[in-house]
Amino acid sequence: MVNALEATSPKVVEPTVFDLSSPGRVGVQMPAPDVPAMEAPPSHLLRSELPLPELAEADVVRHYTRLSSFNYSVDGGFYPLGSCTMKYNPKINEDVCRLPGFLFTHPLQPIETAQGNLALMYQLQEWLKEIAGFAGVTLQPAAGAQGEFTGILMMRAYHKSRGDDKRVKMLIPDAAHGTNPASVGMMGMTVVTIPSDSRGNVDLNALEAACDDTVVGMMLTNPNTLGMFDENVEKVISLVHGCGGLMYGDGANLNALLGIVRPGDVGFDVMHFNLHKTFAVPHGGGGPGSGPVGAAEHLLDFLPDPLVGIVEEGDDETPPLYGFITPAKTIGRMKTFHGHFGGGLVRAFAYIAMQGPDGLKDIAQYAVLNANYLQAKLRDTYKIPYDRICMHEFVAEGRFEGSDVRALDISKRLMDYNFHPPTNYFPLIVPEALMIEPTETENKDTLDAFADAMIKIAEEAKTAPEVVKSAPHTTRFGRMDEVKAARELVLCCWLPEGYDLS
Amino acid sequence: MNAPSTFKYAKSDEWFDPTTGKIGITDYAQNQLSDVVFVEILVEAGQEIAAGTPIASVESVKASSEIYAPAGGKIIAVNQDLMDKPETINADPFGAAWMIQLEGAAEGDVMDAAAYEKHCEERSH
Repeated sequence: MVNALEATSPKVVEPTVFDLSSPGRVGVQMPAPDVPAMEAPPSHLLRSELPLPELAEADVVRHYTRLSSFNYSVDGGFYPLGSCTMKYNPKINEDVCRLPGFLFTHPLQPIETAQGNLALMYQLQEWLKEIAGFAGVTLQPAAGAQGEFTGILMMRAYHKSRGDDKRVKMLIPDAAHGTNPASVGMMGMTVVTIPSDSRGNVDLNALEAACDDTVVGMMLTNPNTLGMFDENVEKVISLVHGCGGLMYGDGANLNALLGIVRPGDVGFDVMHFNLHKTFAVPHGGGGPGSGPVGAAEHLLDFLPDPLVGIVEEGDDETPPLYGFITPAKTIGRMKTFHGHFGGGLVRAFAYIAMQGPDGLKDIAQYAVLNANYLQAKLRDTYKIPYDRICMHEFVAEGRFEGSDVRALDISKRLMDYNFHPPTNYFPLIVPEALMIEPTETENKDTLDAFADAMIKIAEEAKTAPEVVKSAPHTTRFGRMDEVKAARELVLCCWLPEGYDLS
Repeated sequence: MNAPSTFKYAKSDEWFDPTTGKIGITDYAQNQLSDVVFVEILVEAGQEIAAGTPIASVESVKASSEIYAPAGGKIIAVNQDLMDKPETINADPFGAAWMIQLEGAAEGDVMDAAAYEKHCEERSH
């Protein structure tokens, strides 16, 4: 709810460090050198005109502490950003990833001295295999999109290894994340868009028509970005397999399936996980992500190099020796060193260990329950174009008959009620889309408060549309000029000498 | 709706003017996209294209869209000015915001203005 004090207090704009700078202020007093002075670098390499700010330590700390308090985060409130799975990230994961043994290892130190880290990675590979039903897992990819790229490289390598050279087309549903066609484009393959049917499933007729011997495979997100579990997923997979294609699973929405459905069992050949979504790795600031890839038996040989494996079996007395192994027909290395170890892998490991199998199943069930609860509460106020039992998220239309209030206005107004907006204008197949994913970590009070705010905003759209269209009113800054920001791509706070803006 | 009656329209909201051979996107499309901030025309003059070929990529603050040719033929002109002034699409979608011009064009799967307006009406609610 809107805080009355906030609404009436003057808005203070935080100056930049350059505005705060005053000549001669210093943060650190350097002692006089007790070693001979080095010769200065040649003068043509020195720049005297660099506008470095001059500030005391307290100025710097206060400036950045104030800035950090302007953020909206999952630690501060409800964050129903659809397809991003902005669940609360348990703080024990932070403790675990800061344990000195994890924190102070170097990726190049001898494996004998990093056995704990390797054991963790090995166990995480094993758990992800079990959770999603795959025969092998790589932990290397930096995030979901690189996971996609890895998976497609493996699919291509698989076809080529069989002398099957004419496969160039990737089938992608129109509800897919934009990264899917982007990853395919990076591979120089052709994207064939497959429409959705009226129930939000892949249109089987269109799919059948597109299946031929030039198909690399299909990239399917299931549940899809409408929050719908594809009712014909087995038929979809058999059509793709029938023409010799492979099935890629975009694991962005795996949260809905944990402990319920294993994509590998359904027939997916390769899939990426988003540890920063499903497995509670924080990602509010755009990273760090972590996008491990699971592979079925027939793709094992193509996994990136190296994988973590047992290089010497242990016994009752001695633990096994963990090390690195190279898959026989590997696509090669996808990332320097071993993926986002501390940032992603250790936190995800801690999360899975804390949940256990029953806890993981609870996650999926509560995530689905919460989304359906919100959908039921909003159904009479907002049009739900694909209105059936949803999975972890659902998509509403942010528009009303006879009103020019749009999804963007509703989202901005939600900020006045202290909620993070849902995902806007995605998927593209729903006009004025508001994609709402509450996740399992929210209680009924929070869901009720959010639904009340959404219903209130729908009323305001009728009674006071200007209030909605000019929102937000209570935030530190009002409505941003997104068009100007996109059209005038000037990111510098000062222009380099000789740069002509026109 | 103000779709010119002499133009032909694709389901995916592109127009084709049989008189001049020009191709662009409709008023309905620009309205759905909202403020256009970037246009890239992906084809060049002299190229032969088939109906359904992606000819441009249009980005607004809401979305990024591929634009497909509603007709095929030989490209005789490309509107370079549009890439410098993407906002023209919002201001004059059926006129100054043409994207490419074809010669000897063969129409793809298109409809007339009345059918297109009905198609837009159906999607409006």
